[in-house]
Amino acid sequence: MIPLSHYLIVSAVLFAIGTAGVFLRRNLITILLSIEIMLNAVNLTFVAFGRYAGDVDGQIITFFVMTVAAAEAAVGLALVIALFRHRESLNPDAFTSLKW
Amino acid sequence: MLALIPLFPFVGFLVNATMGKRLPKSVSGGLASLAMLASFAVSLITVWQLAGMSPEARAIEQTLYTWIASGDLNIALSFRVDPLAAVMILVITGIGSLIHIYSTAYMHDEVDSEFARYFSYLNLFASFMLVLVLGANFPLMFVGWEGVGLCSYLLIGFWFKKKSANDAGKKAFIVNRVGDYAFILGMLAIFAKFGTLDFQGVASAVAAMPVETGFGILSLATLLLFIGATGKSAQIPLYTWLPDAMEGPTPVSALIHAATMVTAGVYMIGRNAVLFSHAPETLTIVAVIGALTALMAGTIGLVQNDIKRVLAYSTVSQLGYMFLAMGVGAFGAGIFHLYTHAFFKACLFLGSGAVIHALHGEQDVRNMGGLRKELPITYWTFLLAAIAIAGVFPLSGFFSKDEILFETFVEGHTLLWTIGALTALLTATYMFRLVFLTFHGQRRHEAPVAADAHDSHGHDASSHGPGSGSHLHDAPPAMALALIVLAIGSVAAGWIGIPHAIGGHNELGAWLEPSFSAPRVAGEATVSEAAAEAGEAAEAGHAALELTLMGVSLAIAIAGIAFAYFVWIKRRRIADNVVREFPGLHRLLLNKYYVDELYDATIVQPIKVASTEGLWRWFDVRVIDGAVNGAASIVDGSAGVLRRLQSGSVRAYAGSLFVGVVMILGYYLWR
Repeated sequence: MIPLSHYLIVSAVLFAIGTAGVFLRRNLITILLSIEIMLNAVNLTFVAFGRYAGDVDGQIITFFVMTVAAAEAAVGLALVIALFRHRESLNPDAFTSLKW
Repeated sequence: MLALIPLFPFVGFLVNATMGKRLPKSVSGGLASLAMLASFAVSLITVWQLAGMSPEARAIEQTLYTWIASGDLNIALSFRVDPLAAVMILVITGIGSLIHIYSTAYMHDEVDSEFARYFSYLNLFASFMLVLVLGANFPLMFVGWEGVGLCSYLLIGFWFKKKSANDAGKKAFIVNRVGDYAFILGMLAIFAKFGTLDFQGVASAVAAMPVETGFGILSLATLLLFIGATGKSAQIPLYTWLPDAMEGPTPVSALIHAATMVTAGVYMIGRNAVLFSHAPETLTIVAVIGALTALMAGTIGLVQNDIKRVLAYSTVSQLGYMFLAMGVGAFGAGIFHLYTHAFFKACLFLGSGAVIHALHGEQDVRNMGGLRKELPITYWTFLLAAIAIAGVFPLSGFFSKDEILFETFVEGHTLLWTIGALTALLTATYMFRLVFLTFHGQRRHEAPVAADAHDSHGHDASSHGPGSGSHLHDAPPAMALALIVLAIGSVAAGWIGIPHAIGGHNELGAWLEPSFSAPRVAGEATVSEAAAEAGEAAEAGHAALELTLMGVSLAIAIAGIAFAYFVWIKRRRIADNVVREFPGLHRLLLNKYYVDELYDATIVQPIKVASTEGLWRWFDVRVIDGAVNGAASIVDGSAGVLRRLQSGSVRAYAGSLFVGVVMILGYYLWR
């Protein structure tokens, strides 16, 4: 049986990749995809813990996270489209007018 | 039953105040007059009941409910009528009714809503005045006291589009406020001393005390109350508002500023006669202030040219007489003069109102003259009232004024008596100056006229020669009725107080007597009866003196009238010559001793400067606005620093979020 630490390492790597994507990429759609990666890294952790603890709680929480992620993707993409119509750009640095 | 007396006018006020706009003049005026007549009827019944009781027990009391109960303080809303209050309610409702009826004609030129407003104020005034008189304790009297002050303000400023009327109203209100402040302090002093504010309670408590020697708590309390009275009753130093109050409609001057409200101070002292007679220091002050006011106002009245102002100064002067009487302990004489004065002064004011009405707003006596033929009713009633106030036997003013002077003399205040006698001479002179200038001689148009008095004056003067104005209308029936009744009153009102010396019984004095002594306990009565008998004996001894003094005052009155006749009818040039000889004196009197200017310089201007420079420019602008603006600029400054954090960059926000989470998690992992 694969030990728990392997799952956790994979999920930590995935989360780090997602985080790096959020900070480094210059495209809103890619950033959204990176967020999805981060969420799925967390999902992997939950499922792994659930499996090792021997109950279904981890899987249930994963379902909730997936639901929220779907909603987030829908809203996020809608916002991206609206922003693109507004500025003809997908670079997040173009959208800095919400400041003093 | 007693509560009905003030309630009727109050209902009249409510109706006219709420629905007056939609009521025609005959309804709103009629209703107001009816309310007063109803109140008069109830007053008559009440006094009838009172007269049926034994003299010792003459009092009817009605307690409606407990108004304020707090610790030791227990104030009931209760009305009490005793012989003193009985005289007052009859004067207020009786003369009040006549003046209401007079007003229906006098104010007829106003539009419906203004007419109703006028009558609502007038009814409210009557209601408050009756509360003042009937209130059985200080606070309830104070309610009426303040209420009549309010109505006085409203009615002086009735023609509120005129700036001078507004100013006069404010002046009256503010000057009264000074007195009212002292009145409140006096009430507090009495409560602190006696623990009660009920008039009878105070009277019986004070009756058990010795007469105060020196200046103690009683003197302090009564002096404060008297300062309140100087405000309401226009005595030195707070009299300046009353002459200005003549800006109001003339019937108002008659009712409020001559017959009733201004006598409230005299009434208040009469109400607390026992208290005041235990504070001889205060009584001396009252007498001196009264005499000085009488003399000073009399001299000013001698040179004023506005018909109503002469009457106003005459009122101040006569009120001075009443205070003189109060001050020498002749409470009955003071109230007697109050009662007769109400008749002849109301008659004089209403007569002047009829003159002003006939001349379409002209008030300057220099533009009158020769009105005797055109306005016979006004002339004869005015003349009778003038004779009465001058103090000619056997009209009412003679008896009351003579009683005051006699009592002053008997009490040993020879100097005050001299001032009083001198004032009597002045009274006769200025009243007949007014009569002669207004009604005798030729019609004149010589004096410069204030533009607002009547703007077509220049045209009038050119188109009518001297002696013109034959088309003048005498008083209409409603006004004539009031004038005639009051003139009869001016003649006859004094006959209930004919002194013993000339075969009368002074019924009024006997009637009022119980009101000025403490409520008696059985057993004490014999002592006071003995005292009364002794007094009677002394009075018999005084009869010769009294007759002499009567002769003197009669001679003074006739001398004054003769002097006025000589100067203003026979040798008109004398008056002008005197003015030319003593221009300084004339200007001093014409400008009312510059008292208004003095007050303006010493009180009004300093307050104005302190308010403008200190309270406005410094405290309000610097301190209050500074605190508000300071709070705003602190927020502004700190926000200027903090807003730099809001760069708008999504990645920066995400980065700070990330760092924050890492730090929190790190804390929990590594602690």
